[in-house]
Amino acid sequence: MRFLPDAEQNAFAHSLDRMLAAAGTPGAVRAWARGEHGPGLALWRRLAEAGVLGLAVPEAYGGVGPLPVELAVAYERLGRHAVPGPVVETAAVAALLSHLAAAGEPGPAEEWLPGVCAGGTRVTLTLPAGGPYALDADVCDGVFVVREGMTGEEGDGAAGVPGDGASGAASGTGRTHLGGAPGDGARTEGTHAGVRPGDGTRMDRTRAGAAPVRERAPLAAPPVRLFLAGGHGPVQSSVDPARRLARPVLGEEVPLPESAVRAAAAHAAGWAAFACAAQALGVGSALLERTVAYVRTRTQFGSPVGAFQAVKHRLADTRTALEFARPLVHGAAVALAAGAPGAAAEVAAAKATACDVAYAAARTALQLHGAIGYTAEYDLSLWIGKARALRSAWGSPADFRALALHLFFE
Amino acid sequence: MDLDLTPEQEDFRAEARAWLAAHVPEVPPRSLETREGFAEHRAWERTLAADRWSAVTWPEEYGGRGRSLLEWLLFEEEYHAAGAPARVSQNGVCLLAPALFAHGTEEQRARLLPPMASGATVWAQAWSEPEAGSDLASLRSVAVRERGGWLLRGQKTWSSRAAFADRAFGLFRSHADPGRPPHHGLTYAMFPLDAPGVTVRPLGRLDGRPAFAEIFLDDVFVPDADVLGEPGRGWRVAMSTAGDERGLTLRSPGRFLAAARRLVALWRATADPDDTALCDRVADVAVRARAYQLYGYGVAARLEAGGTLGSEPSMSKLFWSELDLALHGTALDLLGPYGELAGTAADAPEGGRWADGYTFALAGPLYAGTNEIQRDIVAERVLGLPRGMR
Repeated sequence: MRFLPDAEQNAFAHSLDRMLAAAGTPGAVRAWARGEHGPGLALWRRLAEAGVLGLAVPEAYGGVGPLPVELAVAYERLGRHAVPGPVVETAAVAALLSHLAAAGEPGPAEEWLPGVCAGGTRVTLTLPAGGPYALDADVCDGVFVVREGMTGEEGDGAAGVPGDGASGAASGTGRTHLGGAPGDGARTEGTHAGVRPGDGTRMDRTRAGAAPVRERAPLAAPPVRLFLAGGHGPVQSSVDPARRLARPVLGEEVPLPESAVRAAAAHAAGWAAFACAAQALGVGSALLERTVAYVRTRTQFGSPVGAFQAVKHRLADTRTALEFARPLVHGAAVALAAGAPGAAAEVAAAKATACDVAYAAARTALQLHGAIGYTAEYDLSLWIGKARALRSAWGSPADFRALALHLFFE
Repeated sequence: MDLDLTPEQEDFRAEARAWLAAHVPEVPPRSLETREGFAEHRAWERTLAADRWSAVTWPEEYGGRGRSLLEWLLFEEEYHAAGAPARVSQNGVCLLAPALFAHGTEEQRARLLPPMASGATVWAQAWSEPEAGSDLASLRSVAVRERGGWLLRGQKTWSSRAAFADRAFGLFRSHADPGRPPHHGLTYAMFPLDAPGVTVRPLGRLDGRPAFAEIFLDDVFVPDADVLGEPGRGWRVAMSTAGDERGLTLRSPGRFLAAARRLVALWRATADPDDTALCDRVADVAVRARAYQLYGYGVAARLEAGGTLGSEPSMSKLFWSELDLALHGTALDLLGPYGELAGTAADAPEGGRWADGYTFALAGPLYAGTNEIQRDIVAERVLGLPRGMR
């Protein structure tokens, strides 16, 4: 056992750090947020040249993967530099299409993935495990939409915005479920603990000692289908201005066997959560580094504020939390690389923890910067918003923790 | 990066598992915080040592197996999964022994280590004093030079299990170094708890058990052979192994993994499946236990690759002490009205393990350097923040 990145993986990380630090990334992020994609796309091409966009793509389709350990290492750096664009979604589309290819449906992988790896083709997606929005659909050539339901309509016609009187009240619940939008009436029978993203199975638990029983999906389970979007709705602002969200407008269905789509969607959801966890780890690290640098130089009461225990202790807690989150992300990478049956639970543990840690780091960073941290023009804002957005992306920490409990089911 | 074991490591793990299955007593010994329980735990140490399981990382010549940190982690996973008894010899095996390996003489190692491994000599720590807690270097107990050795004089306190232990080790002010920082001029001394001049007064801990004691020293003679390292340089000796006290080796990941498994089983057996808030708490501690396990594997790999830990053990200490409290606190909440029962109560679930574990966990953020001290260390030595008022 050598549970440690090797020299090559470390060198890869350092070269990405150098490249992103020298590339004026914060400026590219701000331009991206305004819908000016030029500088961000230049960065995107450099990521392609570095091989980052092919890490989840098998060699047969122009990639170098799947290499989950390298992806964890690289995506932590993307988060650390707040790189804009559908980075997580690119990995998830690669997982979706290569899983379909492995199930005997190589068409979409052959069509899309070589261009994705080269950087010329940009893709994004929505999955039942995530929300209704496709990230950066406005700059993507391919927007993949995996839908549960007979018609392919979002939420099978029950979609709505939470708090929007009609649909929210009609569904009678404000709960978020994996695999459904808030207020998605179709899934209200699930519980946080019980629903596994995308695999169409359900956990039933009974009282008094009975073990949770994993059941096949009921016969009425809605089919899972894959579409390519024909367009998208208006861009919705995110708390992270660099995350440009839009509802895809359904285009043609990609005609594939339902079971293959269902399995590929579950696989893709796992990769999305995993890539998101690695990215969040980098976001948390950046928030910590920037705050440590700030409190060393900011002076009040005749002393650097970083000499005060109230300040030190919050940063020590942040550093400690990151120290123990990283092994979970790396453990998930090893499990994915091995195709281990417990990989979904390992990924869930990593996602819940890394996103929690990044979010807590953002709170600490803002508090310890004081008012300067509350300004949009100060670069800290790039990470504060991203930490909040990633926390809920592809499922909440509570959803993922419930899934991670499977690590401990004998 | 991988999590694979070599065939030899698999064999080692299997050997440990088989041995534990054959030897772990079906009826657990009584609490080691009581006189009878202490004796039962000492007997268990003898059983462990007879087959060289009491100190697997030590060299074979002292009763160990010369195993790596990774193999020790595996052993600990098996040990706690088997529900084996707490280790009464831990202060010696995990804390004094590393100092002996790093700073002791060959004579000291040959004389002190084998009886430590067998449980024949159980060691207690003697660091804290009534006026020296977190600020340990301000300690006032003295070692006065005497022909062939030193006379110890003063008072030590919060000494875990000193009421029943055989010997103790600690720091004493031996050299007046006016104008120098207080951690200069200290000597690391080892002494018998039944020596003339030693008075041990047990103190009841929160649950009333005589878990620790104060030690009064009235001109207790310690021969030069029982001074560890150079006289006057004891702080360096003590701090060189402080990481062992705080880090992985004090509270191994296996301990929390086993407890997390029991917690998840308890939740599945008793909890309201609709109580998602409780589910979230159970999952949170289970995930933290897994994180600590993986962190341990990473540390083992780093040390194997020639790395060092520096002040990182302070992060481990923060992590496991808070995990332990969350774990046992969640269990008591799951137990509902039974969560209130003391570990000694006839009705206490699982023989009082959760209640006793909770009481023990309450001390975690206090001992081995309070968590406030650990946060200062992380902030100053890991993050490089300036020193300030404590």
